[in-house]
Amino acid sequence: MSSQRQPASILEPRRTFDVERVRKDFPVLGTFVNKHPLVYLDNAATSQKPQSVINALSDFYEEYNSNIHRGVHYLSQKATDAYELARIKTQEYIGAERPEEIIFTRGTTEAVNLVAQTFGKKQVGKGDEILVTALEHHSNIVPWQMLCEDRGASLKVVPMTDDGELDLDAFEHLLNPKTRLLAMTHVSNALGTVNPVKAMIAAAHQSGIPVLIDGAQAIPHLDVNVKDLGCDFYAFSGHKMFGPTGIGVLYGRKQLLERMPPYQGGGDMIKSVSFEKTTYAELPNKFEAGTPNISGGIAFGAAIDYLNAMDRNSAHEHESSLLEYATTQLASIRGLQIIGKAREKVGVLSFVLENVHPHDIGTILDSEGIAIRTGHHCAQPIMTRLGIPATARASFAFYNTFEEVDMLVGGIYRVIEVFGR
Amino acid sequence: MNELRALYQEVILDHNKSPRNFRVMDDATSVVEAYNPLCGDHYTIYMKVDGDVVREVSFQGSGCAISKASASMMSAVMKGKTKSEVETLFGLFHRLVTGELHANENVEHLGKLVAFEGVSEFPARVKCAILAWHTLHSALEGKTEKISTE
Repeated sequence: MSSQRQPASILEPRRTFDVERVRKDFPVLGTFVNKHPLVYLDNAATSQKPQSVINALSDFYEEYNSNIHRGVHYLSQKATDAYELARIKTQEYIGAERPEEIIFTRGTTEAVNLVAQTFGKKQVGKGDEILVTALEHHSNIVPWQMLCEDRGASLKVVPMTDDGELDLDAFEHLLNPKTRLLAMTHVSNALGTVNPVKAMIAAAHQSGIPVLIDGAQAIPHLDVNVKDLGCDFYAFSGHKMFGPTGIGVLYGRKQLLERMPPYQGGGDMIKSVSFEKTTYAELPNKFEAGTPNISGGIAFGAAIDYLNAMDRNSAHEHESSLLEYATTQLASIRGLQIIGKAREKVGVLSFVLENVHPHDIGTILDSEGIAIRTGHHCAQPIMTRLGIPATARASFAFYNTFEEVDMLVGGIYRVIEVFGR
Repeated sequence: MNELRALYQEVILDHNKSPRNFRVMDDATSVVEAYNPLCGDHYTIYMKVDGDVVREVSFQGSGCAISKASASMMSAVMKGKTKSEVETLFGLFHRLVTGELHANENVEHLGKLVAFEGVSEFPARVKCAILAWHTLHSALEGKTEKISTE
């Protein structure tokens, strides 16, 4: 088994990324779990936070906690500026044309629901179709199902292959004059498949169909440029890209956002209110009723600063090498089957082990301090399609190491040992 | 590692590998589904109840070692029990896996089921151990909808 512990030599030249230095930025990575150093391989569920993000949260509450967009006093102005600066950072990070195209939400789920409840209710009628794919997370299925039920529309699904890639021929045939929206994920959270979104957006646009991309799993691993992709909406979460929970983003093209009715009613989203008539605020406030997650937004801005300050190209290369190494190492374990063999993958390695349920794998790995996710990963249709109840999923971030992959491999051998007795 | 061995005891691994009464029962008087949406444990539990007595229990489905072994051992132990005996055993088993009961003080009532004592050290796994039991218990109380421990 000792040969399992050494990375293949072909990978050596690419190990230039200073992962040990980066790890020091993330305090939680130094903790112990069940008397073992934490091996955190559940990044697709949520990523860990660098000290600068943690500081941004506490600085806000210690130094300038205040509500935004309303006070004339110093603190309110300072908080407003910091929150709005985070919007501009987000705009620049994803290459949006204007800051008002960035709507802050609680996360990806709320961003998708926002589009379903506003754009959807206005644009989708009886007999219309919403097109999703077989690789969606529940959060990009259920809001559309609810909309379809409400409007008498139907949900169509682009099928996938056994390897976990979308069937693009079937996709072309599913686009038709009744299709009102294509809502699809950029990267599969369960299998790691990177979908050819740019080509699919172009194809949808040729038929005049707007496109929403669920970018929750893509944005921590890929450089996303919404102008280059050409999408109409792009939804993602702060907490999966090293920011806090409870803050996320809906990017929308201005022309579309302007034509959409508001999402929720309340303070901050109005221009004027009387009992006879209310006029709504301009973008982005129209979609941001009530006091938002101010500290979360500001700390999300700090996460973007952190990502901007690092050499993202070498971070991405490091992640690719990790995934490649982990794939090779796990594939060599007898009785282990990797689930999801798409040609293009990022961040995620799903697997099953002969005669051992993923839940038992998770418990045994946890006893060694290794955190992975087990279950259906909020993507039950994928599990049904592949005929498996669940998988074990290791998911990576740039702060993971080759040694941690080796510990995962060692942990899986421990599982086999426990169950092989 | 000791806690792990306490969880995955020989008898549990054995029942996981070769579950007892693992079959469809054509003449069941009651058929209920046990489902944990979080981990995907999914079983159908069949019962033949004759008046006050559980004559037979069998099950089918898939799930983790803890849930499968628990369903298997439950199916074996329930045979011939009266409803009030089931009630007592359900209470004891529930307290055992939640750590409210010491196995060595209750061996005479629990028998081989004491193997599940180790579950109490793994709070995330209690629902796996109790899934089939909850389902059977609810079915005997006349509730027939799908039972979930989430």
